[in-house]
Amino acid sequence: MAEKQYDWKAIAKNPKFVELHHKKTAFLFGWWIFSCVYYFLLPIGAAYTPGIFKVKIIGVVNFGYIFALSQFFVSWGIALYYSHVANKDFDRLTRELIDELHL
Amino acid sequence: MTIKKIFIAASLALSVAAAAYAEEAKAPAAGAAPAMSAPAAQGAPAATAAAPAPNAAASVATPAPATPAPVKKELKTNKTITIGMFMVIIAITMGVVVWAAKQTKSAADFYAAGGGITGTQNGWAIAGDYMSAASFLGISGLISLYGYDGFMYSVGWLVAYITVLLIVAEPCRNAGKYTLGDILSFRTSPKPVRAFAALSTVAVSTFYLTAQMVGAGKLMALLVGIPYKMSIIGVGVLMVGYVVFGGMVATTWVQIIKAGLLMSGAFLLSFLVMIKAGFNPIGFFTTIVSSPDIQDHVSKLVLKDGVILSGMDAGQRFLEPGLYLKNPLDQISLGMALVLGTAGMPHILMRFFTVPTAQAARKSVIIAMFIIGGFYILTTLLGFGAAIHLTPQGITAIDPGGNMATLMLAQQMGADIAPIIGDLFLAFLCAVAFATILAVVSGLVLAASAAIAHDIYVNVIKDGHADQHEQVFAARATSFVVGACGIMIGLAAEKQNVAHLVALAFAVAASGNLPVVILSLFWRKFNTAGVISGLLVGTIASIGLVMVSPNMTYPKVVAAGAKKVVVAMEKKQAALPAGQTLSEKDAKALAKAKVDAQQDGTSIVGLDKPIFTLKNPGIISIPLGFMAAILGALAFPNRRSEEMFDEVYVRQNTGLGMAKAVEH
Repeated sequence: MAEKQYDWKAIAKNPKFVELHHKKTAFLFGWWIFSCVYYFLLPIGAAYTPGIFKVKIIGVVNFGYIFALSQFFVSWGIALYYSHVANKDFDRLTRELIDELHL
Repeated sequence: MTIKKIFIAASLALSVAAAAYAEEAKAPAAGAAPAMSAPAAQGAPAATAAAPAPNAAASVATPAPATPAPVKKELKTNKTITIGMFMVIIAITMGVVVWAAKQTKSAADFYAAGGGITGTQNGWAIAGDYMSAASFLGISGLISLYGYDGFMYSVGWLVAYITVLLIVAEPCRNAGKYTLGDILSFRTSPKPVRAFAALSTVAVSTFYLTAQMVGAGKLMALLVGIPYKMSIIGVGVLMVGYVVFGGMVATTWVQIIKAGLLMSGAFLLSFLVMIKAGFNPIGFFTTIVSSPDIQDHVSKLVLKDGVILSGMDAGQRFLEPGLYLKNPLDQISLGMALVLGTAGMPHILMRFFTVPTAQAARKSVIIAMFIIGGFYILTTLLGFGAAIHLTPQGITAIDPGGNMATLMLAQQMGADIAPIIGDLFLAFLCAVAFATILAVVSGLVLAASAAIAHDIYVNVIKDGHADQHEQVFAARATSFVVGACGIMIGLAAEKQNVAHLVALAFAVAASGNLPVVILSLFWRKFNTAGVISGLLVGTIASIGLVMVSPNMTYPKVVAAGAKKVVVAMEKKQAALPAGQTLSEKDAKALAKAKVDAQQDGTSIVGLDKPIFTLKNPGIISIPLGFMAAILGALAFPNRRSEEMFDEVYVRQNTGLGMAKAVEH
């Protein structure tokens, strides 16, 4: 297959691409920063506010344990939410862009 | 084809021979062939009962005349069953290799399985590639001895995949081909960039591989009594066999099989633990807190810090942070290396070139996250379960680091049903550990070989002018050499302290690779100078900081510590009534301390004591790597790189022009 020559500059200026790019950047970096902040609260909290981590919530199970466990569910939640948005929005925008360019 | 089969047969024969040889060494009376089944009884006398009896540890510290190490309590495996299971795994994976070898015809087949792996398959393979024996045995051991801190330690290994999912997986699928060098050289001067990317890949893979190989050798020696050197050679031969003949297809399937075995083992064992707890999680935790053995263990741990705790308070302390991870900055530094380093690991990046589309890459990360996360949650049950049913004292009697906790738990949980089930279950988990080692080392060898063969040989030396036949040959020859080097490093490093090498590999990936990958994909002004300065500074800073960190051995520090022990022991001796001598344990400690107190000299870089006080360099080296990459790019602006950014950016977002990347 001879490779198609794309006009990359023109595609980069296409309003559809600009929309895709803005939406994606905001989503990806926004949620990435959120996940980092949430994660680093764990070692920082455990080291500097051990009192909160020791508060018992259910029986002998304390806040620290629930918080560490929540990290797993928050990570999975972000992953599923991203997959939902990407499958619905980002992939649709990409398809529309490619259709518009008649590629 | 015929030659290939001969090689496969030869490597299979070699590994069988390795196992057989090991048996002969242990039980010389048995012949080579029956050694497979006969020597279980001969091997047994050295091992004392596996069921832990807390007070037995101190009394067995008498040196045995024949062996250099004192006879310690050890985990007794049923060798017939265990080696049988190893053989089954070797046979299955060899079958996969023969099948994969037939499909591997082009460079794309060898490095990326022709892009023909599905998202689900790749998700399992990523999990198989990522979860090493350290995760499988080490983390549950940490939990069984230090409770909460072990669990907290495991969290970062999953959160790391958010970075992989959001930032690198899909862009890399869209913009790359086989290696890190492909992504980085897109809009830069290909030759120098590929050369540096390959060097960094080889460095990361070597650190990680060395840690894995040494761990593998020690684990095999511990589990089935195969001597260290034979274990390294056996694992090495298998690993080279998988990669050289089966390339990415075989490596992928070995990883998938391993991930399946690991998850079944973890699931089954947690299920047994939960049955014992009556499926009541709150009751499970109450049992931990009220266990007298755990309470006693925690009291002793906190006493070292001058804290007095006992009873339920001590039990509760087991569920609170700070028993193991005492330096918060070190923790944060390790967290940074994990969160950013996983996404810069060459063997993980490489997995995204095996799927056909960005959607499949996305799906594979999400599946991997559920497997990995699920595994760590099960690990908590295993670790706490081991603390309840085996007691921390019983676990440390077998291995002070707790690495045997999961295996001991499997044996006990199984034996509670029937003794033979205990043996079977233990053998199964040993086989899982074996498969784990094979899967991880194969992925690393493949990544390092791809960097050398594809980046350095094909693209730097041959200017990209190599036909498929030559490329595949180069890839196979390189894998063979890389694997052979891995075996030699493993043999040479037997007595070395390699524990810090895994953290170092992640630190180099986070400080060297990840900054330049992110900036290449997302920053218009990034260019050749930025890639090179980022890779160099990030890599050198991480290695340099580790060289001057507490990870190294400082004879003067060791001697100072030993002198204190000598003083304390002599005091103790003086306090004893006349005629009495120190207990055997104390006397040995005194003798060892007296020898250690004579140590003098400096660490390998000529220091008396560490300059950098953290064990993990990430907190300093990651910002340095980013800064060097940015400053390098700004200092030497390049118009072509800037003009080509539109192309990179459109490609990585849309996947346009990707067909070329696969077919090329």
